[in-house]
Amino acid sequence: MESTSLVVLLLVFAAIGFGVLVYAVTKGSHYKQGETLRVAHAPKDYPEIEWNVELLPGLEKPAKEGEAETFSVPSPPFSEDVFPCSDCHEDMDPNPERRVLEMAHEEIVLDHGPKSRWCFDCHNLEDRDKLRLVSGSLVDFKESYKLCGQCHGTIYRDWREGIHGRRRGYWNGHKSYLLCAHCHNPHKPRFKPLKPLAPPIRPSSQHFTEPSAEQTSKSEGGHS
Amino acid sequence: MSQDYAGKAPAPRVPCDVAHKGAADGGLNRREFLAGAGLTAMSAIATTVAGAAPGFIESMLRRHFKELSPDEVQERLRLLEEEYSSRFGKKVTVAATPPMENVLFGYALDLSRCIGCRRCVYACVHENNQSRDPQIHWIRVLEMAKERGIDLEEADPYYDHDTVPQEDSFYMPVACQQCRNPPCTRVCPVQATWQEPDGIVVIDYDWCIGCRYCMAACPYGARHFNWGNPQIPAAGLNTDMHVLGNRPRVAGVVEKCTFCIQRVRKGRYPACVEICPVGARKFGNLLDENSELRYLMREKRVFVLKEDLNTQPKFYYFYAT
Ligand code: SF4
Ligand code: SF4
Repeated sequence: MESTSLVVLLLVFAAIGFGVLVYAVTKGSHYKQGETLRVAHAPKDYPEIEWNVELLPGLEKPAKEGEAETFSVPSPPFSEDVFPCSDCHEDMDPNPERRVLEMAHEEIVLDHGPKSRWCFDCHNLEDRDKLRLVSGSLVDFKESYKLCGQCHGTIYRDWREGIHGRRRGYWNGHKSYLLCAHCHNPHKPRFKPLKPLAPPIRPSSQHFTEPSAEQTSKSEGGHS
Repeated sequence: MSQDYAGKAPAPRVPCDVAHKGAADGGLNRREFLAGAGLTAMSAIATTVAGAAPGFIESMLRRHFKELSPDEVQERLRLLEEEYSSRFGKKVTVAATPPMENVLFGYALDLSRCIGCRRCVYACVHENNQSRDPQIHWIRVLEMAKERGIDLEEADPYYDHDTVPQEDSFYMPVACQQCRNPPCTRVCPVQATWQEPDGIVVIDYDWCIGCRYCMAACPYGARHFNWGNPQIPAAGLNTDMHVLGNRPRVAGVVEKCTFCIQRVRKGRYPACVEICPVGARKFGNLLDENSELRYLMREKRVFVLKEDLNTQPKFYYFYAT
């Protein structure tokens, strides 16, 4: 009688142990062969991104000893065929009235500061190829930062010092910077959200290749 | 390389048999025996070595990078260039550009701007020839709740949203903090990692024994181990290399961010600085009063990560607004 219950008990233990073993081998293993969710993303998965950042012409070399640093800037980001504005506006009578634009520029949605804002707060009524500061003086589109800086003084100062915005090139020499309008649409300046690149894969789904004999013989450096 | 070790192992056994027989005969004295044993052992080793991979002997006899004479460094660079050029089928340059005088590199990251887009992560993989699979990322972007502030316990590096930034979150990229007082270099039993005069903490991949003490010592999780053979597609290889930086690694060594040593020692900005779409990343010389870094240290709220550990990072986080 006693020995029978002992055998039953042993059998139960064995069954539990076996179950645990099976679970550990199947579910518990870290890397599952053919796991579809596991994709180790790499730069080549994003062909639209320019990984080898091209420098502006003239920036390919560092500054020489004693040579002054240059700051270059790409031309302002006009929509295609829109500049010079005078091409179209020359033959038109300037119309300063506030209205919904219908003949051209309908795509522009003004979402920048107070509702009262209007084209001629920044654009110049008479000479359309220029921008106009509050003081009344005209500035080139290439110097639009002066216009932006009228309201955004602290950011303008940070930008001038290289703290706001992007710089490329040489930390100790020639570099390029961008105009405010390169990153912020002046009519709708809030930075648009982006799709983030893929997250790293979790350590549990990493998989490792053993160094093959061929690779080992080729890589003479190290302790593979 | 396992076959090499396997081949060598039986060598010492042979003399034991010889000794036994010799003693029985009484015809072989100790000196002769030792000479014979030595010869047998040596020939065994010689056979193994002759059959070993080319370059194996050199790799075993190599000295520490800092002990190499300028000529030896050049020779080493040439060998590496040859090796990589033939392995990847394209022309590779490996430089040992030295540090500049009066330069101490520093880095700053604007937490009020970073949107967590991970462009920097992959630009770094591309620039520094990180293994694609197994995947190694030197930069890890942490997502944290604005409500909680910097709370590393709750930080999520695996976030995957349709768009970033998420309203209630902020993002904190973390890589090597290039400490002035680095715990990682101190624990290395073979001095395979050290701080250069321009402040960059580097690793000699030829000298690293893969013990991973430095990984345990680093409070920022900045160091990564090559558990497997690193895979880099030839098409994605960055051929502009530095011997202490982005040259391809092998299984069994540790690697980490070097501020793009191959770029910054030639004056260029690091790759992550140039790729960041919001311009959150700033780089320069801490000893130059007019540098971007010194300006932001004067004008902005600046902090370092885990300041209480006295690692004294040269990587600063700041808020521009
Ligand atoms: S690229 Fe810039 S914005 Fe994007 S995660 Fe890196 S630091 Fe943040
Ligand atoms: S962050 Fe880590 S790897 Fe970098 S210097 Fe500090 S302790 Fe070393």
